[in-house]
Amino acid sequence: MDFEVIHSYMPLYIEAFILTVKIGWAGIAISFAVGIFAAFMMHFKVPVVSKIAVGYVELFRNTPLLVQLFFIYFGLPKIGLSISAPNCGAIGLGLLGGSYMAEAIRSGLSAIPKSQEESALALGLNRRQMFVHVIFPEAVSISVPAIVANIIFMLKETSVFSAISLMDLMFTAKDLIGLYYNTTEALFLLVVFYIVMLLPVSILGSVIEKRARYKTLGA
Amino acid sequence: METILEVKNISKSFDDIMVFENLSLTVKKGEVVVIVGPSGCGKSTFLRCINALERIQEGEIVLDGESIDPAAKNLSRIREKIGMVFQSYDLFPHLTILQNLTLAPVKIRRTNRRDAEKEALEFLDRVGLSNKKDSYPRQLSGGQKQRVAIVRALMMHPEILLLDEITAALDPEMVREVLDVVLDLAREGRTMIVVTHEMQFARAVADRMIFMDGGRIVEEGNAAEFFDAPKTDRLRKFLHSFDYERRE
Repeated sequence: MDFEVIHSYMPLYIEAFILTVKIGWAGIAISFAVGIFAAFMMHFKVPVVSKIAVGYVELFRNTPLLVQLFFIYFGLPKIGLSISAPNCGAIGLGLLGGSYMAEAIRSGLSAIPKSQEESALALGLNRRQMFVHVIFPEAVSISVPAIVANIIFMLKETSVFSAISLMDLMFTAKDLIGLYYNTTEALFLLVVFYIVMLLPVSILGSVIEKRARYKTLGA
Repeated sequence: METILEVKNISKSFDDIMVFENLSLTVKKGEVVVIVGPSGCGKSTFLRCINALERIQEGEIVLDGESIDPAAKNLSRIREKIGMVFQSYDLFPHLTILQNLTLAPVKIRRTNRRDAEKEALEFLDRVGLSNKKDSYPRQLSGGQKQRVAIVRALMMHPEILLLDEITAALDPEMVREVLDVVLDLAREGRTMIVVTHEMQFARAVADRMIFMDGGRIVEEGNAAEFFDAPKTDRLRKFLHSFDYERRE
């Protein structure tokens, strides 16, 4: 391994890293918004909208991100809807992640026993207060492990962004290998930067998981 | 004494299965009414109808002059006046004991948090659990959880308490600690409707006993008459099922 090469590649990787993290977390933010909305629609069985939410979840869970990105990046312009590559990456990732988040949160909501609702209502809380202060917080703490897994999964899925010519980590590595054939160094840096991106999330995730679990399940 | 709760000819059925029909009950302020009966006789459903967790098909329930209607806008405000404790405690697992107790007063009555906490601590002290204020429900035994659940109901200063088989899921020793709390409440003149299978306790706490079977009130009377001189065969048989004779 040539550390001279690694050193000279660093600025490019750092730039790519920042782009990847930015789009990745933008996508995660979108996935939360979309996921929570879809989960609520499904949980409350809102007429029509809940059916659309179910359709959305199944559509995006059962198609690869690459296909979704192609559709948004190359397909939508055909009907006059052009979206820039970074926005496209964030939206694609957000929609994919949203379908996973929706399932994670919905399953958390449906895991809360009915008796919790009843004891909240019996205290005199109205339905909104019951949901905000009792049901939703409990559901979230049940969903935390799934949510953390989804975040890690989404950050890893950013590796397909290169397909829509985003200069992310994967793109940079492939590009450098193509130009200079320093395969070992380029791939080494690729692995290192993915780990730098994901390890803190994993560690923080398991801390949060433990706390959520400690409160509700006591394990 | 003035009437606090009036249940007038209520009927309840699940789909086409009739739970009870034409059931009436009047409870006076400060009275402790204990309902016993075989499983499935409708006594728990009856309690759940009183605070509209179940819809009744016919009749009317009036609490303190206000009709309890599941469709009413102010249902949750009427429910504040009715404390209910369940068999499965149902404390909120994500909140500490203190937070469990203050949630409703702070969110509903807009009580100042500090005042609510002060009151909660006084109650906890009374039931011997002030050292558990910062624990989570999972760290408590069943008996402790149930005592907290009773306090949680009391925090809303209800006019009437509904206790639905609150010791049915507890070990015998824990039953005692929970029922002592209930006896204490009875002594201080709280109005309660208690559904239980603990006959000794029922006898000790009841101003009036009610025996329900098959969705009807079969017999009612004061505790002494009820246990020592039951009028109906059905009640005699029921009470007899709690007695065991020494085999020779």
